[in-house]
Amino acid sequence: MGKNFISCEKATTICDKSQYGEASFREILKLKIHFIFCKICKCYSSQNSLLTKLFGNYCKGLCKKEKVLCSEDKEIMKTYLKEKMEE
Amino acid sequence: MSTEIEHTLNSEKWVQLYSDYLYNYTITRVNNKDLAKDLVQETFFAGLKSMKNFQGRASERTWLVSILKRKIIDYYRKINSRKGKAEVRMNFYKEGDNNGEWLEERVPNTWSDDADKDIENDELKAALKQCIDKLPEKYRMVFTMKTIQGFETEEICKELEITSSNLWVIIHRARTQLRRCMEDNWFNN
Repeated sequence: MGKNFISCEKATTICDKSQYGEASFREILKLKIHFIFCKICKCYSSQNSLLTKLFGNYCKGLCKKEKVLCSEDKEIMKTYLKEKMEE
Repeated sequence: MSTEIEHTLNSEKWVQLYSDYLYNYTITRVNNKDLAKDLVQETFFAGLKSMKNFQGRASERTWLVSILKRKIIDYYRKINSRKGKAEVRMNFYKEGDNNGEWLEERVPNTWSDDADKDIENDELKAALKQCIDKLPEKYRMVFTMKTIQGFETEEICKELEITSSNLWVIIHRARTQLRRCMEDNWFNN
């Protein structure tokens, strides 16, 4: 294979990296060339982008919230540690 | 100067002062409430046991976080060794002459055209959650850290002590599985 021709395996890896903005310009170029010959990877890639969008939205409501423990959980922990300290 | 401060430990206040911080730190990594609670508790316990090793150079919280980090790596190691250690074999692709081409059964199907619509509704969220929950623990952990929590690759590799190529293999497997799951449960049903 010429240096600009890559396998599907390599192509999908580049595609995954590009979802996080971590594929280099050269890699993107190789990926685009690969798409000319390979409809399967092209399909994978467009679905992959859609998944990124869906999970991105899914996360929005989820990640911002500060997660805290409820007071019962803290009490349980305190009791547990106290017992351990006395042992 | 902060370097001159001699830090001390006061374990009776640990839960009150640090449990939320440690819990938040853990939940963004393991994505499971009960597990996160357990890891925080184990961290406090390990802290108690090794109090005599505390040299006062770091703050109490930093010291506890360093113990917690170790606990998370240990946990990751444990789930990693349960099934197929190194992710070298990529059973998505052919070997031999057609090395690196898609295997017939792994080829993605096309999705219906309206797949892109309506991406804000609750049913969709439930489907996404269901698919994430179905991932093997290790994939879920790495995928969540990378995609949902937005950690840098380097950071995840350092924290879980894996290589970046290993990380991308895991991400690919997770994504392929999620793709398939969403195809079955959402796009084509």
